[in-house]
Amino acid sequence: MTDELINLTLHVWRQRGPNGPGSFETHHAKDITTHMSFLEMLDVVNEDLIEKGEEPIAFDYDCREGICGTCGMVVNGVAHGPQKLTTVCQLHMRQFEDGQEIWLEPWRAQGFPIVKDLVVDRSGFDRIIQAGGYISIRTGSASEANEMPIAKDVADRAMDAAACIGCGACVAACPNASASLFTAAKISHLSLMPQGQVERADRARKMVAQMDAEGFGACTNHGECEAVCPKGVSLEWIARMNRELVRAMVKSKTPA
Amino acid sequence: MELRSHEPTGPIEERWAKHKEASKLVAPANRRKHNIIVVGSGLAGGAASASLGEMGYNVKCFCYQDSPRRAHSIAAQGGINAAKNYQNDGDSVYRLFYDTVKGGDFRSRESNVYRLAELSLHIIDQAVAQGVPFAREYGGLLANRSFGGAQVSRTFYARGQTGQQLLLGAYQALSRQIDAGTVEMFARHEMLELIVHDGRARGIVTRCLNTGKVTPHIADMVVLCTGGYSNVFYLSTNAKGCNCTATWRAHRKGAAFANPCYTQIHPTCIPQAGSYQSKLTLMSESLRNDGRVWVPRKKEDVTKQPRDIPEADRFYYLEERYPAFGNLVPRDVASRNALYVTNDGLGVGPAVNGERRGVYLDFADAIGRLGEQTIRERYGNLFEMYERITGDNPYETPMRIYPATHYTMGGLWVDYNLEATIPGLFVGGEANFSDHGSNRLGASALMQGLADGYFVLPFTVGNYLGHIRTLPPLSEDHPDVQAAIQAVDDRVRKLMNAPDPKHAPEHFHRQLGKVIWEKCGMSRNAEALEEALEKIPELREQFWREVKITGSGKDLNQTLERAGRVADFFELGELMCIDALNRKESCGGHFREEYQEKGEALRDDTNFSYVAAWEWTGNPAEPRLHKEPLTFEYVKPTKRSYK
Ligand SMILES: Cc1cc2nc3c(=O)[nH]c(=O)nc-3n(C[C@H](O)[C@H](O)[C@H](O)COP(=O)(O)OP(=O)(O)OC[C@H]3O[C@@H](n4cnc5c(N)ncnc54)[C@H](O)[C@@H]3O)c2cc1C
Ligand code: FES
Repeated sequence: MTDELINLTLHVWRQRGPNGPGSFETHHAKDITTHMSFLEMLDVVNEDLIEKGEEPIAFDYDCREGICGTCGMVVNGVAHGPQKLTTVCQLHMRQFEDGQEIWLEPWRAQGFPIVKDLVVDRSGFDRIIQAGGYISIRTGSASEANEMPIAKDVADRAMDAAACIGCGACVAACPNASASLFTAAKISHLSLMPQGQVERADRARKMVAQMDAEGFGACTNHGECEAVCPKGVSLEWIARMNRELVRAMVKSKTPA
Repeated sequence: MELRSHEPTGPIEERWAKHKEASKLVAPANRRKHNIIVVGSGLAGGAASASLGEMGYNVKCFCYQDSPRRAHSIAAQGGINAAKNYQNDGDSVYRLFYDTVKGGDFRSRESNVYRLAELSLHIIDQAVAQGVPFAREYGGLLANRSFGGAQVSRTFYARGQTGQQLLLGAYQALSRQIDAGTVEMFARHEMLELIVHDGRARGIVTRCLNTGKVTPHIADMVVLCTGGYSNVFYLSTNAKGCNCTATWRAHRKGAAFANPCYTQIHPTCIPQAGSYQSKLTLMSESLRNDGRVWVPRKKEDVTKQPRDIPEADRFYYLEERYPAFGNLVPRDVASRNALYVTNDGLGVGPAVNGERRGVYLDFADAIGRLGEQTIRERYGNLFEMYERITGDNPYETPMRIYPATHYTMGGLWVDYNLEATIPGLFVGGEANFSDHGSNRLGASALMQGLADGYFVLPFTVGNYLGHIRTLPPLSEDHPDVQAAIQAVDDRVRKLMNAPDPKHAPEHFHRQLGKVIWEKCGMSRNAEALEEALEKIPELREQFWREVKITGSGKDLNQTLERAGRVADFFELGELMCIDALNRKESCGGHFREEYQEKGEALRDDTNFSYVAAWEWTGNPAEPRLHKEPLTFEYVKPTKRSYK
């Protein structure tokens, strides 16, 4: 663990509120040790700003260990920054060089209005889940868990899809600001599991309709979402979501 | 104030059933006439809101994150216990109950613990039915592992993301109710005051974090599921936003705070790398199954490369001191020993503020014995995480670890119904004190959060509402409500206008954390605690004089949010030290150096077999102590020994 000090120039998007105009503001981060996380580097800049009587940069975070999905910003044009499979809270300064310039922007998407500076409103994601991203089971009415064996590979694949942390990087990276990867991951997780079969068709239809209603764009297979996803959620789920939709349409045309 | 546990009597395995039979119910058609506030959307709050909404009550649920899915339950890695006995290794509800009472070092209520063990069975059923992708065996049945030194395999898990998957299950159930209109969700809303009217909890005052708007919410009752207070230490494995504000505000309104000094320190976390460090990251305890813990024997070796230190000069202190358990001694023992060897100047890694606080966790032997591939299969994702954070490759050089605060057993005092000392205030999950005594066993917090949320609260809340039937309406103009709003406004104003503003809130939080960590952390003594009790009020006063918050209170202001939380941690921190000083014994996570026998914790059952429930008196230095005596009818208190 060798320690090095570096200096950086930050160009940070500042925007007072949802409707306010925004622009880049330049700050200098001095004597940053390379063991710091990216957000700790911003903490240092912010404490400095506060001591100087200026308003700190607003950015979102909570767990700082890459699982809650709260953090997120575009670092030099890449959602969550340069390190693969890494949220910005887990990104460390050893990925940067002394004297480097860093541009910081919020997720930019019609479905994610800006709250302030680098903080955006991702409640659209919650509404997509509310539209059908669940299995309807009343508390207390579940049957004995081992009554329904589930093949290991099915459970493993469902877990791959369920690993999504809902950070929104996929939307930020997509040229169409599509929420397809997020929506597809949940549709796939639940449609893979035997418990999710009853509501399968309805769920796919409703969740996709909500995604459209939130103003997220369409998927045109750029694959940028998969490239930035910190949890490695696969594009294959989008193909699966499209199959689920076709299946749902066929089903709705078949008389009961 | 009177502490009545309302525990049922009779055979322990019949108590919960009997209690339910004797409880009042609310008819389905009457439920929508009742308004319930749930603060918190983690395992406890999310599960409670979803279940209560589904039953037909009108629920308002609050969280400070931008989505209920981000509560800190999401970060739990290891797993969740349940007495299913799927492995046919002799597990049972009774055994889980027994292990939990013993693990809690005989400082919990037997009836509560038994109920928890009983409900563990239903939690797994519920989660599986929701689609939680638990690990499975090749035959398709649920897989289990043994966790935290348990003698049976009763831990269920979903890769290293058990908390995430369980929380998403609860979040999805909650989302379904939000869509159905039974639950109204208020994300990015922080509770800053409890409204008490006519002796009952009747609502809360929140501040919208995006707009700064302060609003009262009135209801028939309030349920707090706001998590633990590990962040009083500043550095902990909790999320940055975790706070004690909701429980502390309730405490100041009359809710007793129980056993605040019971905190759990987890032995395997990544050590602090510098003074700028903002949080600590937990590495799964399972690493101790294959890793060997050591430090150099000689002080002059601490800055050497570990590979250059010959075998004879390595001090495998856990193996030497505890030959029977070795590296697998319980969490508190492993943690304390790391403290002692680093106190002796044998710590490794970078010096932070002049001290080296790290010990090696070495996989070289395991790699030699089992091959790198096996180790990669077992711990690959943990090794990657370690390398991402530290830049070191643990396949080549030993990991460095050090203990960090991870869980708080103390919390608001509740009776068997999870009702606090304010009628109409219920508390679930880590926020209450109920089930873990002075030490929590691994994989049992997720279990407790979900037991409270899915199965206990929906029932006991109904019982409360069945008893009170209708409450007179409370208007927002009532002086009790107006006073609560005023208190919030005043506090925001006071924080934003310190007389001599100098430093950001973190500046003070770090100092508070250091005092608590050093004086009321892994190892405590009267002298150090008394020092802390002098230091904390001084720091607190300095905080209120010099805290500096820029920007306005009328929009998103994260500095203001943090300042309010730090202010409450100052008061809670003082109570922790008072409680630790009062408890003249060692038990579980509370180790008083004066009370030990050859390095082993020495409990004093004659004088301290009680829950310490503290009442707010208006002066943080003089809380009033109430004692709930603990009796053990089933599990007879014995001494823990790991030699
Ligand atoms: C890193 C880590 C790993 C862990 N691993 C395990 C494990 O493997 N097994 C296990 O059993 N346990 C584990 N635990 C412990 C366990 O995860 C927690 O005890 C449990 O999840 C707490 O759940 P909760 O619902 O009580 O609180 P939380 O999940 O913390 O939820 C608190 C909720 O309250 C809200 N809130 C808080 N304050 C306010 C306020 N003032 N106003 C409004 N809302 C507020 C928050 O927004 C959040 O929604 C782990 C803990 C940590 C930190
Ligand atoms: S802060 Fe939780 S994922 Fe980054």
